Amino acid sequence: MSKIQDSTALKKQLEQMFRENSKLISSHDQPFISKAREEAIISFSDIGFPHGQMEDWRNTDLNKALSGKYTSLFKPGHGDQSIDQIFKCNIHELETDQISLLNGWYIDTKKPLVKQENGVISGSLAKAMEEYPEIFEKHYGKYADKDKDGFQALNLAFAQDGFFIYVPDNVVVEKPMQMISIINWSEGLFIQTRNLVILGKNSKITMVHCDDSTNEEAMFNNSVTEVFIDENAQLEHYKLQNLNNQSTLMNAIWFRQMKNSSLKSNAITLNGGLIRNYTHTVLDGEGASAEVYGVYLMDKSQHVNNQVFIDHAKPNCYSNELFKGILDEEASAVFNGHVLVRKDAQQTNAFQSNKNILMTDTAKANAKPFLEIYADDVKCSHGATIGQLDPEAMFYLRSRGICAANARLLLLYAFAREVVDKISIEALKMRVYDMIRKRLKGELNICDTCALHCDGPNKEILFEIDMTKV
Amino acid sequence: MEEEKNQIIDEVTRSEYKYGFVSDIEMETAPKGLTEDTIRYISAKKNEPEYFLEARLKAFRHWQSLEEPDWAHVDYPPIDYQDIIYYAAPKKKPELESLDEVDPELIETFNKLGISLEEQKRLSGVAVDAVIDSVSVKTTFSETLEKYGIIFCSFSEAVQKHPELVKKYMGSAVPYSDNYFAALNSAVYSDGSFCYIPKGVRCPVELSTYFRINAANTGQFERTLIIADEGSYVSYMEGCTAPMRDENQLHAAIVEIIAFDNAEVKYSTVQNWYPGNKEGKGGIYNFVTKRGICRGVSSKISWTQVETGSAITWKYPSCILLGDHSVGEFYSVAVTNNYQQADTGSKMIHIGKNTRSTIISKGISAGFSNNSYRGLVKIMKNASNARNFSQCDSLLLGDQCGAHTFPYIQAENHTSIVEHEATTSKISEDQMFYCNQRGIDTESAIGLIVNGYAKEVLSKLPMEFAVEAQKLLAISLEGSVG
Repeated sequence: MSKIQDSTALKKQLEQMFRENSKLISSHDQPFISKAREEAIISFSDIGFPHGQMEDWRNTDLNKALSGKYTSLFKPGHGDQSIDQIFKCNIHELETDQISLLNGWYIDTKKPLVKQENGVISGSLAKAMEEYPEIFEKHYGKYADKDKDGFQALNLAFAQDGFFIYVPDNVVVEKPMQMISIINWSEGLFIQTRNLVILGKNSKITMVHCDDSTNEEAMFNNSVTEVFIDENAQLEHYKLQNLNNQSTLMNAIWFRQMKNSSLKSNAITLNGGLIRNYTHTVLDGEGASAEVYGVYLMDKSQHVNNQVFIDHAKPNCYSNELFKGILDEEASAVFNGHVLVRKDAQQTNAFQSNKNILMTDTAKANAKPFLEIYADDVKCSHGATIGQLDPEAMFYLRSRGICAANARLLLLYAFAREVVDKISIEALKMRVYDMIRKRLKGELNICDTCALHCDGPNKEILFEIDMTKV
Repeated sequence: MEEEKNQIIDEVTRSEYKYGFVSDIEMETAPKGLTEDTIRYISAKKNEPEYFLEARLKAFRHWQSLEEPDWAHVDYPPIDYQDIIYYAAPKKKPELESLDEVDPELIETFNKLGISLEEQKRLSGVAVDAVIDSVSVKTTFSETLEKYGIIFCSFSEAVQKHPELVKKYMGSAVPYSDNYFAALNSAVYSDGSFCYIPKGVRCPVELSTYFRINAANTGQFERTLIIADEGSYVSYMEGCTAPMRDENQLHAAIVEIIAFDNAEVKYSTVQNWYPGNKEGKGGIYNFVTKRGICRGVSSKISWTQVETGSAITWKYPSCILLGDHSVGEFYSVAVTNNYQQADTGSKMIHIGKNTRSTIISKGISAGFSNNSYRGLVKIMKNASNARNFSQCDSLLLGDQCGAHTFPYIQAENHTSIVEHEATTSKISEDQMFYCNQRGIDTESAIGLIVNGYAKEVLSKLPMEFAVEAQKLLAISLEGSVG
């Protein structure tokens, strides 16, 4: 356990920490992973942390987050609470397979790695590194570009644990896999988790990935996920982010999609000090499709940055992006969408849309929907709006006796719902509706135990209006 | 079908740049290279007051501290700024009184360009300021304009005759520290046009400037300053051409517009610098900073541009909407063919209340070219009820070209509305089929569709220009759809 103290010194301290703890860090490594770590730390020394002058990091202020006081754990730690207490999170009426990380380390009372009858393997990345070197050799570090920015390099150098999911060819996993990552530590933590998800040919899985904090301590989570989706495989990936206002989450997900594969990703950001979701998808086979959605509801001085890069590398692919956000008080949001259509990627269909509602003059929205196109037989469009609630809709509701506050809530709820409607698991959808409703009413907080455990669906919060009269 | 298309593409790429001739005019040039001495030489040539020389030197020193920007989506070999002639002027006979005294070769040049100074003066009622290489050679119609109190003259003349006005407003929209090329221009600008419209005057004729690069190895650095006083109106047109040469030539201009209460300025450009040959050799590097400030209440600045020339275009006409209720507009058609590269768009900065802006940009790329739209819409905190609508469409003709869109949208006011939309597509088979089926051959059909596509912008051009622009579009593109 070492301490990181100062903003300017953070980089140096991390480099030093790597040298000092390199044995601990690479204790589960295959030789090629240790080698990758060495290269990555050199890359990090070269590039350093991103800053506001870099195109992708404009309008995102990292200074505060990088000057925090952080601690790093190089072996598992539980903090002051028992594990059972912490993991009460679940989605009601939805049976899931649950795998969890606590403070960046895989936690399971039974086994660190479970291999089911159908061949599906899930569990700890550290353990999987030891047991399945052939999978790691083929996929690990192959989809994430360590030179993309300092955080990617840093993660590759430091990452010790995270989720590992392997779905063999022709296996359809019925139960959604819920991945819960919780931070509970009495001091600020700097954690770096890395996840690897492999979908074999014709397979299918749904993942629900929740990031939560359980207390008000500052923390910095630099997470990198690599996902390989083989031919005809289907992945649904949901992210629920509900962190405290002191927390920073750098969340990079790198997808590689093969022929006719499909991806559906939906990021629901409800709370968090500084959240950056970087989604990178390479459509590397004909007929692949990627749907990337997101909704963010921010207030106070929260900041969310959604970066989506879709690389149409092969012809006949489809991509669709929809991001919607409501920004209140001093909150700020950045949307950077980048669609690249390569020279031979003919018959590409790519759509991008970003819509923001500003509630105050101190809230800020930045949008940059960017198209880069080198093929001619394409249909691409993008749109971005920043505005307010429609005064006519408002008037309609008011004229029917609904008070201003409720009318506003209803309209905001309807605005956010468009994205949530894309969720295909009914129970999860209901859950998210509920969370958004609470969030809009300011009732969704970081609970003492768990942010997601909100006393079940029986206590569903309703709008204080009789809908039958509308 | 495929063969026919290829043939059409061939025909189009073979269509030559018709303004590529060189005129044999006696020239006076500064020595190659850029040092403080060059700047002193230019300033002395222009017989400028000390103040202007100081300002030039200040800009030059600032420029030396800057690095050439590389963020634009364009690719070119580094420019050797010491290998350029910064000042070239047709040798002047002392003070010309009438057109008869102008070098006949020069008049011939402008006739070839289709800008017969005499004829234009008589027939179209357009006041023309013609700038060849670095120096304004002739301004027509100035006597008529004088009646209204309108000042329309070359920039050098304005420096001599109206130094106070120039001092007061030069650099107020584009300060020398704005960017690399603005600093360079502020140091070495040679001439350009100056225009002042007094209070309440509606300029009765279209004002027009023609820029022509003629000499080899020279760069052209002109400056345009337009001041529209309260309640005035002016429509201003700009055209440019250059000879065909194998080496690249640099053009770095600044245009500044200042509009006071209720004033309206309409600025139209048909940019047709030499774009290089079809292997991408030669052509003009066009790095231009254009900016207007709507200083007054309800003022309006409207930019319309048709960009067909230049090897590289780097140009973002912008509006700073300072006055309440002010309006900014930007209409653009940018065409790139062969190896041309264009990175162009607009900036709309909303500062005042109830400000409105519109951006309509149509990009057309063919051949191996790259065409980018880059724009910024910024709504500041106090710009209540600000409104922006942006639309930027790209049309791809051929599978070797690129079309890119970089829109930046930043809003800090919750009563404002910003909308942006863009599409990228090619001419669909259906559209082609529809036309063919009705007996319109492929080439005419493409002309028809492209013209229709650009019509929204072309219709904003003054009539004289619209005709020229349509012809240009036809030359640049007709039939080049793959």
